[in-house]
Amino acid sequence: MAGVKNFESWIKPQPEGLFCIPGNFYIDPISPVEHAIVTHAHSDHARPGMDAVLATPQTLDIMKIRLGDGAPQRPHPLKLGDNIKIGDVEVSLSPAGHILGSAQVVINYGGKRAVVSGDYKRSNDATCTPFEVVKCDLFVSEATFGLPIFSFGDATQEIRKLLNSVEMFPERTHQVGVYGLGKCQRVISLLRAANYDKPIWLHGAMRATCEYYSRCGIRLGELKPVSEASSKLRGEIVLGPPSALGDLWSRRFEDPVNCLASGWMQVRGRARQRNIELPMVISDHSDWPELLKTIDETGASDLWVTHGREEALVYEAGKRGINAKALSLVGREEEAE
Amino acid sequence: MKTFAILLDRLSYMPSRLGKLELLKNYFRSTPDPDRGYALAALSDAIPVKVPLRRIITELSIDKFDPYLFGLSRDYVGDSAETLALIWPQKETHQTPPPLGEIIATLLPLKTGALASVIGKWMDQCNAVERWALLKFLSGASRVGVSARLAKTALADAFESDIHDIEEMWHGVLPPYLSLFAWLEGKGDKPISSGVPIFKPLMLSNPLEDQLLHSIDISEFAVEWKWDGIRVQFSRAGGVTKLFSRSGDDISTTFPELVTDQNFDGILDGELLVMQNNIVSSFADLQQRLNRKSVTATMLKKFPAHIRLYDALQLDGEDLRELNFDERRVRLESWFEKHQSHHTDLSPILKIKDKAELLNLWSNIREEGIEGLMLKRRATAYLQGRQQGHWYKWKRSPLVADCVLLYAQRGAGKRSSFYSDYTFGAWKDEGGARVLVPVGKAYSGFTDEELRKIDRFVRENTIQKFGPVRSVKPELVFEVAFDAINLSGRHKSGVAMRFPRISRIRWDKPAAEADTLESLLKLVEGREGDNLK
Ligand SMILES: [Zn+2]
Ligand SMILES: [Zn+2]
Repeated sequence: MAGVKNFESWIKPQPEGLFCIPGNFYIDPISPVEHAIVTHAHSDHARPGMDAVLATPQTLDIMKIRLGDGAPQRPHPLKLGDNIKIGDVEVSLSPAGHILGSAQVVINYGGKRAVVSGDYKRSNDATCTPFEVVKCDLFVSEATFGLPIFSFGDATQEIRKLLNSVEMFPERTHQVGVYGLGKCQRVISLLRAANYDKPIWLHGAMRATCEYYSRCGIRLGELKPVSEASSKLRGEIVLGPPSALGDLWSRRFEDPVNCLASGWMQVRGRARQRNIELPMVISDHSDWPELLKTIDETGASDLWVTHGREEALVYEAGKRGINAKALSLVGREEEAE
Repeated sequence: MKTFAILLDRLSYMPSRLGKLELLKNYFRSTPDPDRGYALAALSDAIPVKVPLRRIITELSIDKFDPYLFGLSRDYVGDSAETLALIWPQKETHQTPPPLGEIIATLLPLKTGALASVIGKWMDQCNAVERWALLKFLSGASRVGVSARLAKTALADAFESDIHDIEEMWHGVLPPYLSLFAWLEGKGDKPISSGVPIFKPLMLSNPLEDQLLHSIDISEFAVEWKWDGIRVQFSRAGGVTKLFSRSGDDISTTFPELVTDQNFDGILDGELLVMQNNIVSSFADLQQRLNRKSVTATMLKKFPAHIRLYDALQLDGEDLRELNFDERRVRLESWFEKHQSHHTDLSPILKIKDKAELLNLWSNIREEGIEGLMLKRRATAYLQGRQQGHWYKWKRSPLVADCVLLYAQRGAGKRSSFYSDYTFGAWKDEGGARVLVPVGKAYSGFTDEELRKIDRFVRENTIQKFGPVRSVKPELVFEVAFDAINLSGRHKSGVAMRFPRISRIRWDKPAAEADTLESLLKLVEGREGDNLK
């Protein structure tokens, strides 16, 4: 067990992804491998063509829905909080608060603990289990919004903005661009929490995941496919993938108001670039203060930073006396959220 | 501050003009004095305090934020004021920033050195959008896609008043425009300005359509050249001279040579030109002088400004607008005789016997390097705005070229799902091979039905996507109409078209038969095409 303090000797970035040597598994690998642990079902973490995959039951279910034949051959569900021994390491999954089924991977080896958090957030979200801080020695963090300009307010305020606009322009269709897994259901759930009781119209690509969320007991209310609409949906709220907003799909609506729910909407240029009339700053990732708070609370001596703006977070953690470095893992593009 | 921040935020994302007007109207109606007046001042670049924003941002950020992190953030956002607004720590306790009136009242007596700490305190009371709006407000130029003219139009609409009345009062009232709002709300008399140079709404012309030409009696009209400059109003009162743009914006500081040492009293109408040795320079030369806050001595020498006068609205305190064109012209000429104001001359009235002579003149104007003719009804008073039947502009007929569609970009607003902005090219010989080089861009001239067809063509013939832009197979030919083509160092093809629009869609024409760059170069005015390769 000598050398466990040198984390690279047992957990190591490789071209396929982060590899745990004594456990012989990858975490969120980008290409097909034999043994993988998947933090959550977003496509940049859950790739098709894996053999054995350990993940939460919900993550495995969603992978099945989204990947079809590309879903894992041998799924191993592990509930949040349960432990399992793999090779010489002990593994458990802890909630990440990112989307339904999302988990942090906790790995204990030789008296040391590493936590690979995947994507995570700390703000309220009724569609998934809230994030739990796990004390550890090595924390692997995302940095999607790793700049001090990213500080997200209350998502319910952004929903208010949308509902005010619906009230102000009752003749127009409000089409809201949302990432199909997680953001879509969260926005619906926030609308319901704000007492919006009318049917919400969905792009076809979002139907299956929404049905799954509903089966899991998350209250989404009445959802209708846009393809079944017999009118131009004046005054209605429609959810679709961001790429559909300014395209053919949107022509069926009445003078649509382009809305986009995303953390990127905090920067004006980003919204204008995409012709967004109503930007909604709603993110499923941590903002800068949440990233720093989480890193502090884990008590980690070492920090590895993956996708996003690693530079600023590595610098700031270094100022706080943490051994920080950027992990350049391939295949983690900016998510279209 | 709160409502102003919401207004500015929504305006900055609102794509349509009507939507912007609606937001502004609601704001002017529902916001009390003096805040709405200061908001109006911010939108029309007339804030009564001068805040050196760049310096303030530096002062506010230097001790408060890690310079490395601030730099990374600034690089990402691309705008210092927005970066500061976002990076500023949000106070947990809910506070309300002061109203605009209080902000101005507080800042007015302060020395520059004392500004930063006061502004910093307000920043603490704001949320992120309010911090951004506060900095925008203080910068004086709101730049949220609202022109001063649009703000005035909204003001007129909000209180069911006439934009011309507002324009006429505008330069005689000061922020926060209490007397103006009182009058608009029917609570006060019309503000009267005296002793200051003001803007009076211009009389505008309509294009002369072919069929109209047959029906008009030419002896009822005065004919002038149409000058290729910008329309201005030259106004002097109380010893101060001002130059206003056609929309009533004060552009005096951009043209110091015109507004110093004048000695008349009146309001004159004319064309702003660049003139060297009594010869009118190109519009491109005039553009060198436009939109500059300060002017260098070199600029003044290289591109001297000049006003070619063609009408008088007021002279020596007398409003001439009720007089007809001929009467005003007599007054203008005798005034000019007496004053001989420097940097000015009169636009001559052309002697035309009959329609045949007029047609002959018009058909030769391209060779003369002239943009067109103006026809002004002799019996008409000076009317506000664009009224039918009195003043006509008769532009020279456009040039046309057949060009090939190369790139298409999605439009804005209602056209956002259509590829409606087109870049087209002409053939060029490059080492024996024929290649297409982009020669211009156009987004008008076609019907909605045609737009749908072109959009379908673009989608079915896409080569590559670059965000909102698609490159398309070079197969569709547009007949492009344009007023002129000029040499341009900024374009790869070396030419730039003026006022291009799609005049016909040549579904029938093979791309190989489109025009060549060589033939376009022959259309450049005053040059021999052969020297230009
Ligand atoms: Zn994710
Ligand atoms: Zn991710």
